[in-house]
Amino acid sequence: MGWLFSNRYLVLRRLVQVSILLFFIAGNALGWKVLRGNLSSSRLLDAVTLADPFALLQIFATGTMVSVEAMLGGGIVLVLFAVIGGRVFCGWVCPVNMVTDLAGSLRRAVGDDHSSPALSGFQISRNARYWVLGLSLVLSALLGVAAFEWISPISMLHRGVIFGMGLGWTAVLALFLFDLVVLRQGFCGHLCPLGAFYALAGAYGFLRVRHLKDHCTLCGECLKHCPEPQVLPMVGKHNGSVLSGECTNCGRCIEVCAERAMRFGAVSRAKARQDHEGG
Amino acid sequence: MRNEKRHSLEGGNPALTERRSFLLGLARSAGAAAVGGLVWAGFIDGKKAYPTVLRPPGAVEEARFLAKCTKCGLCAEACPYDALIMAKPGDGRPVGTPYFLMREDPCRMCQDIPCAAECPTGALAPALVSGPDDAGIQRLDINLARIGLAVIDRETCIAYWGIQCEACYRACPVIDRAITVEHLKNDRTGKHAILGPVVHSEHCTGCGLCEHACVTRKASIFVLPRELALGEPSEHYVRGWDAADEKRIEDAAGDVTTTTPRSKKDPLEYLNQEGF
Repeated sequence: MGWLFSNRYLVLRRLVQVSILLFFIAGNALGWKVLRGNLSSSRLLDAVTLADPFALLQIFATGTMVSVEAMLGGGIVLVLFAVIGGRVFCGWVCPVNMVTDLAGSLRRAVGDDHSSPALSGFQISRNARYWVLGLSLVLSALLGVAAFEWISPISMLHRGVIFGMGLGWTAVLALFLFDLVVLRQGFCGHLCPLGAFYALAGAYGFLRVRHLKDHCTLCGECLKHCPEPQVLPMVGKHNGSVLSGECTNCGRCIEVCAERAMRFGAVSRAKARQDHEGG
Repeated sequence: MRNEKRHSLEGGNPALTERRSFLLGLARSAGAAAVGGLVWAGFIDGKKAYPTVLRPPGAVEEARFLAKCTKCGLCAEACPYDALIMAKPGDGRPVGTPYFLMREDPCRMCQDIPCAAECPTGALAPALVSGPDDAGIQRLDINLARIGLAVIDRETCIAYWGIQCEACYRACPVIDRAITVEHLKNDRTGKHAILGPVVHSEHCTGCGLCEHACVTRKASIFVLPRELALGEPSEHYVRGWDAADEKRIEDAAGDVTTTTPRSKKDPLEYLNQEGF
């Protein structure tokens, strides 16, 4: 029971991630109508069309319009994640999260976490993902196809799980190894333009992790487990909420904190900023 | 000036100002983005070039199709025969896009065209496979589909050897319009007939049922994308037997004479003096 409580968000996230995939698989294999299609575009309960807003943005960059139905579907998804805030998609929906989390836990198991210096000399900025985001749109415009969708390991994974993997497993393995031995949180935390897109979209949402300094014993567990530790600059220094959209709202920091110095809260960005300024 | 600069760098001058390191960082990022972008673009360009993909009925022209398709697979799920394949990495086709392999699983030409009806983005456009019915109302009409065009290899088609076959003809859902059988004299024997299948591009939907039905080991009738299978005559050739085409002559502005540096000269002159 204690284990379940201290991994409650992790278990919940895996449940959400896996059931979304299972519904898609059942949609294809058994004809279930709960969710059909895949994360690029889907039908929910045979009534609502959903679409990946970043994929649509790339299609628009090619100078192509899509149907109103698809645009509405993209709008629903965008508004949903923007209102909740942070990279909820990355932490709770994206199947790649399970792959990169595995690489992350293996790294932690051998003591390579954020409290230690990087084992390999290879470093790139966490802002690289915004360059990749820009590049996705530029290349879409130049090549006339949605550029990231053509190489996306995310699509290869979820499409592969639903429709058949082909050689897609090589991309997933490469991504896993990249995260495991080349760069800590390499793909999700540095390169993925979809994550960058949701970081921008979710910068003003309401769901934010809050830190209470008085509870903090400076054990550093939260920073050790956080996939984006740069969003927790206030830990041990002052009370405050996470301001950055790069936070995936995975809740890992909350459940690993024995002193309950981290919690989820519904705070607007303006309010959170005031907190920071107030110290 | 140049020497001075080099000197200051070699001297280990720590004056890497904030502005300078910002610019250097920016240049490095831009350079890395350019390298990544070029590799990325090269990869996509190579994948885009696959020419023989047979798209679902109602697909818009290939370049626009590739731009519009979000690779969601709703068309493939809608196919009641599971004939549509979602391209996997390693299939050599644009990854995640739907296609047919007619020899294995052709399009069965459903009347309600569920694949096209499901497409959320418009990469498959039901309007392209709709036409007016007898009452003039626009309705889905699968016979308007142009997935590709069946092409016959007459050297391996056993019907053209003189063996009666008609497998493709009988399999064709648009029988007697898309495929007809021509009765030809067998010149080899001098006394038999050849019942040779002929495909008519104005009616062929490219469904692939003929390719599926073909009895030769490797199909002797097969579907190709129309842009690969069809030629295109230049405008100045006129179908004299076609009244509408013949009319183009009347509408033509008259004789057009093209003048080139050579045509200004007398033919005797350039043929004798310049050689060919």
